[in-house]
Amino acid sequence: MTPLLELSGITKHFGAIEALAGVDITLGHGEIVGLMGDNGAGKSTLVKIVAGNFAPSAGDMRLGGRPVRFGSPLDAREAGVEVVYQDLALCDNLSASLNIFLGRELTRGIGPLRFLDRRAMAARARELFAELKTNTVPGDLVKSMSGGQRQAVAIARTRLAEPKIVLMDEPTAAISVRQVAEVLELIRTLSRAGHTVVLISHRMPDVFSICDRVIVLRRGTKVADKPVSATSPEEVTGLITGAIEAA
Amino acid sequence: MSSNPGRPRFDAVDFAAQYAAFIFLILLVIGFAILQPNFLNPFNLLNVLRQVSISGLIAIGMTFVILTAGIDLSVGSLVALCGLAGAYVAKGGLDSRFAIGAAEQAGNPVWMATGVAILVGMGAGAVQGLAITRLRVPPFVVTLGGLSAWRGAALLLSDGGPISGFTPDYTWWGQGRIWTIPVPVILFAVAAILAHVVLRYTRFGLHVYAVGGNAAAATLNTVSTRRIVFSVYVIVGFFCGLAAFILSARLNSAEAVAGLGLELDVIAAVVIGGTSLFGGVGTIFGTVSGALLIGVLRNGLVLLNVSSFVQQIVIGVILVLAVAVDQAAMSRKGR
Repeated sequence: MTPLLELSGITKHFGAIEALAGVDITLGHGEIVGLMGDNGAGKSTLVKIVAGNFAPSAGDMRLGGRPVRFGSPLDAREAGVEVVYQDLALCDNLSASLNIFLGRELTRGIGPLRFLDRRAMAARARELFAELKTNTVPGDLVKSMSGGQRQAVAIARTRLAEPKIVLMDEPTAAISVRQVAEVLELIRTLSRAGHTVVLISHRMPDVFSICDRVIVLRRGTKVADKPVSATSPEEVTGLITGAIEAA
Repeated sequence: MSSNPGRPRFDAVDFAAQYAAFIFLILLVIGFAILQPNFLNPFNLLNVLRQVSISGLIAIGMTFVILTAGIDLSVGSLVALCGLAGAYVAKGGLDSRFAIGAAEQAGNPVWMATGVAILVGMGAGAVQGLAITRLRVPPFVVTLGGLSAWRGAALLLSDGGPISGFTPDYTWWGQGRIWTIPVPVILFAVAAILAHVVLRYTRFGLHVYAVGGNAAAATLNTVSTRRIVFSVYVIVGFFCGLAAFILSARLNSAEAVAGLGLELDVIAAVVIGGTSLFGGVGTIFGTVSGALLIGVLRNGLVLLNVSSFVQQIVIGVILVLAVAVDQAAMSRKGR
């Protein structure tokens, strides 16, 4: 079976800074892969390349065996890549349901005369929130929400399409302990439904409790890529800090 | 962390920021009606509406701009340029600029003059929109440049003088009435309703709010921020062209000094109406309330024989108070 996503030799320069130096990564169907590394290791840059925000300076991407080049987040989204950004990418001035549907709003009307179908969007948002077991209200403005509720909005957004890959940038960093378990459970649900999840996280327990595999980046290069069962939090910590060169 | 399902929480500061202009408008109307019974005379009220409709039309366009956290300082100058361009077409050039009788004129039909005025406005808006989105010059600077440049272009086009004396089917757009309602008032009302529908019920309108709320997030969600920002400057240009045509029709004259300082009235109407200069918050209802508030205040103070110098001070103070409410709402948001 062809891997879902293959990245080979992905390199990214920002001026003189080399954020990524030839990274190779392969993702299988339905896998949960932990992507770890210290601040500045290149995790966010890698995510933004897969999500179509940046074009790589060099290197190739293949999705389902076919070479792809994302010129914009829209291209990536249409190819089946969804992202939960670290800052969640929410508009504070809009309601939860409008944030979920931003960029792919439901409309009704005749021909080219189309109007937002707020009711349908709110109804779908309510379903998604029910799946997530969150107390988020579709009509509430995001600016009035707690960190966990905001996270729920951002995660609900990825569930709108049937994505192939969901990239999650630190989804558990800013929410309460109780909600961490809920978010992790949701990630398992996504994976069971056949979606591939990439979990970018600083939290060792999260990665070790749900990931199949862990990839460690350090200063723009991949220093480890192995099944979670074949490593330990101690080894991964060593790899992140550089105490262990590579594994 | 229990929420209150289905019911948006009531927020007094937000409420005040949204409806302050309308509430204050009602209070003013009541106050003036008590102090000066002539105020409620239908002719006076219609007159207020007619005076408001020029700056009000542009304020509708300005609402789109300010919702994206932009600003357009060039509207007054653009009104002069668009009005002259339309008048130039209507009169068939400068040679007959003061000709009055239809027989003397080698002019063009009114629709052509209207079309040119509006196209010049949209073209100028497109130029400014491109400078903002492609050259990444801040809107304040681009439109400050426009404030100077469009006025210069108006002076060049008109050779410094007015173009006046239009046919009755031209002046009808500024002076005419349908039943008893002045035509500019009807145009203002129709434009306000259309703009409200666009902002509240269309994807484009939602994207205007999204760009103003968090442009980076909007971009990540595949909203073309550039296209939206470009569009709002074209929209305000459209309204400048339309307002310029109506103004020239009302005055039966277009001149290069038309619309001097108009940007202040327009921006004041939008901001007093509760639209946040930080973007993302505001309504057409608020803008219309703000425009009416300024018009009623001017008119009422005139009827009460208050000096026009004092009026300017009063409007300035209200503008600052409106932004103070906006700031209070903002700082609470950034918890």
